[in-house]
Amino acid sequence: MNTLIAVGVLAVIVLLAEIINLRKLIIPLTIVGLLGILGYTLCTIDVVEAHYNNMIVTTKFSSAFTSLFIALTILLVALSKDFYQTHFSKISDYISLKLFLLMGAISMVSFGNMAMFFVGLEILSITLYILCGSDRTNIKSNESAMKYFLLGSFASGVVLFGIALIYGATGSFDLAQITQLTTSNPMPVWYALGVTMVIIGMLFKIAAVPFHFWAPDVYQGAPNLTTAMMSTLVKVTAVATLYKVSINLLHQMPSHYTTAIVVIAILTMTVGNIMALRQDNMKRLLAYSGISHAGFMMMALTALGSATPNLFYYATSYAFAGIAAFTVLTIVTKGKDNEHINNFKGLGKSNPLLAVILSVALLSMGGIPIFAGFFGKFFLFTEAVKNGFITLVIFGVINSFISIYYYLKIIILMFTKQEEEVETTSIQVPLSYKIVGLIAVAAVVVFGLCPSLVLGLFN
Amino acid sequence: MNVTILLFTLLVGAFATFLANKTLAPKIALLFGLVAFLETIAIICQHNSGVNAGFTTQWIMNPNIHIALKADGLALALVLLTTMLTPLIILSSFGNHIEKSNLFYGLVMFMSFAMTGTFLAADGFLYYIFWELSLIPIYFIALLWGNDTFEARKKAIFKFFIYTFAGSLFMLVGFIYLYQKAGSFLLADLYNVSLTSQEQYWIFLAFFLAYAIKIPIFPFHTWQASTYEKAPTVGTMLLSGIMLKMGLYSIIRWQLPITSSAAKELMPTILVLCIIGVVYGSIVALKQVNIKRFFAYSSLAHVGLIAAGAYTLTLDGLLGAVYQMLAHGFVIVGLFYVAEIMYNRFETRAINEMGGIRQQAPQFASLFMILLFASIGLPGTFSFIGEFSLLYGLSQINIWYAIIGGTSIIFGAFYMLRMFQRSMLGETNTKVFKEVSVNEKIVLGVLVITVIFLGIYPKPITDLITPSLVEIVSYIK
Repeated sequence: MNTLIAVGVLAVIVLLAEIINLRKLIIPLTIVGLLGILGYTLCTIDVVEAHYNNMIVTTKFSSAFTSLFIALTILLVALSKDFYQTHFSKISDYISLKLFLLMGAISMVSFGNMAMFFVGLEILSITLYILCGSDRTNIKSNESAMKYFLLGSFASGVVLFGIALIYGATGSFDLAQITQLTTSNPMPVWYALGVTMVIIGMLFKIAAVPFHFWAPDVYQGAPNLTTAMMSTLVKVTAVATLYKVSINLLHQMPSHYTTAIVVIAILTMTVGNIMALRQDNMKRLLAYSGISHAGFMMMALTALGSATPNLFYYATSYAFAGIAAFTVLTIVTKGKDNEHINNFKGLGKSNPLLAVILSVALLSMGGIPIFAGFFGKFFLFTEAVKNGFITLVIFGVINSFISIYYYLKIIILMFTKQEEEVETTSIQVPLSYKIVGLIAVAAVVVFGLCPSLVLGLFN
Repeated sequence: MNVTILLFTLLVGAFATFLANKTLAPKIALLFGLVAFLETIAIICQHNSGVNAGFTTQWIMNPNIHIALKADGLALALVLLTTMLTPLIILSSFGNHIEKSNLFYGLVMFMSFAMTGTFLAADGFLYYIFWELSLIPIYFIALLWGNDTFEARKKAIFKFFIYTFAGSLFMLVGFIYLYQKAGSFLLADLYNVSLTSQEQYWIFLAFFLAYAIKIPIFPFHTWQASTYEKAPTVGTMLLSGIMLKMGLYSIIRWQLPITSSAAKELMPTILVLCIIGVVYGSIVALKQVNIKRFFAYSSLAHVGLIAAGAYTLTLDGLLGAVYQMLAHGFVIVGLFYVAEIMYNRFETRAINEMGGIRQQAPQFASLFMILLFASIGLPGTFSFIGEFSLLYGLSQINIWYAIIGGTSIIFGAFYMLRMFQRSMLGETNTKVFKEVSVNEKIVLGVLVITVIFLGIYPKPITDLITPSLVEIVSYIK
């Protein structure tokens, strides 16, 4: 709860700093503030409390994910100074929107009441619609915001309808009460319907197949930093929320439900990967690979409760690798009118540091050992095998090596020699990008070497 | 002293080489390679006097993963192969101009580290990590420093990577399943896990896919020749000399003891596949013009026989497989080096464009000939002992396997001698062929001496590996 309030206050301070003309201070202030909040959250990770009539319930699950979200936001804010160089006058808007988005994300993993869940979802979605369209003069950015808004609000409507049905069946918005009621009493048929609608709404948010069609267009059009946020922070938030909702609401669901989730997980991984194979736009490629990663994370839904550390580990590894990849993507495509993968040609020669950062990020996402991505997959596979979902794991394995194909394609391209001597000048990399890229990659390597650092949070 | 020091030396060597400047890097790599070799010798002496050089500690509590290194005779024999060949391979490339040499030699050392780790690991998970880790350096070595145009080698290397990666992922699933049964990845626990015959069957196949691709066993060999051809010679030596032994070693160490009854059940099919590889490799080798592809296919025939020996599940077959793994490692590295020397002089790999080298370089010709005879398995060389035990092991299962497998020796003699005749003998070549330099002589000399010495006096190796193989056979029974 304190974390949530602190983030909100910080966002307001950022807005105030604009008024009293301290624009230059905004980013350092935000970073320092968030670091403080991160420290506080990690220190109080063992505290389990309920606030405001169970509106917000902090648990180990919520604190762990909150810490991850804050860490990701810090990295994204650190990139903002150089990213928004040309519209620096609006920096307070961008930063405060990111902080409000963080608030939404935190309430989505720590809600104790369905109303709070919906409020969090909407805070997150609305700030994201704005951020998508924040490059006002760019038609693609407008398209992205419009598409996302139309489809996203529709999904929100579905979720809300589901919540209403659940309320109709149980007479309560309180999560604990709902769980208690559904474990002991028989439920009317519209309870299952309501839960299904909530789940479908969340599947839309994580871009699971067949609700994924918005993702590539929205990702491509949005400004790079927003795409980075969507594909890391927002995706992880949505998966964590889906997981939390499933734990609490899935009593008395028909037995076909698990089959449906397994099928959707398999479809999500496979379709995401197969579509990614054909992409020659880096952002679309990462969008589709993100879809397939969502499919992997859905494996955790087959082992509700026991897979929490595993899911958290996967989410962490994926998010940090994503941040590293988008950092490189942003700097490489800066000033270019598209994100064609040919922009990365010869990067190994002209800018070895960026090439190494991107290689590590992609190898980790592909699941090459010693990087965190491998352990993430491994932990999820282990949990799924333990619960007897061998088919799911086999599809996971097949998808792992399909994904290696397109990740390697990019790596090879970076180490291809430039044939024509047109652009041999190396790109000027601002210091903040270097630092963020290195921190993200270091996290991927360190968490790979010592998985206990992350898993230990749940002991 | 325990084996962690050895791994540590190689890893530090890799980073030191990478951080050194370009002229110093090869020397640093060589230095660390030699230190690692001496450490291996020391560890083996220690092992022979009865001291255990293994190491075990917990790495991750949940899931239960250990850093466990087992240094029995079998593992040490393969480690010896690795650390002995690494400095030789590094030395062999000293004559060539290599761009970004610090990165290149750093990767070579790192690969040596990963392969040594694979041979020593006694925890399934750790083993898998080392196994995959060895793939990354060779991928970059072949991609960035290989032969031919970038596009052509990109294709070959890509295929190699996807193949091996796909195979090993199934092995990972096998390990995860075993972990659910045993509650640990430790080798000792996995040996004792009880599986139904259905489970054994699937786990055996999951492992088999990984190893059959790595070795390679027919019909999983299609990546091999083009990768060997496109990789730089150092990469080819690492691949053929050491890396494919990882697959053969893993059969003996992991697959057979854990899934022994499935291995017994599937033995006829697997042996037939191995033997097909032997015959197929020999026939295709006959037609090859490119000398690197020629050696690649002859190597396919040899490793097919080694795999067949291992899958006989007899002590003689396993002994022969390990002998021949070592012998093949020494010989094939020598042969690829010979090909490299000829390429450096003549700038061609086509056998029919060579010829008449012997008059110009008699020392080179003699060294080449000894390696060639060793490859054929002439008595007096280490390969003879290996092939003899392999065929003896096969004959205990069914005499026909031994007979058909044995034809590979005759085939081998035929195509090897024909190749030698075409490339080395005949009228003096119009192009000038410089006699071997000191470095070249050292590398080839060490290999030749090793092969002959162990051919005459194999007792050190026999003493080293027999106890651990007896133990493994007891698990299979």
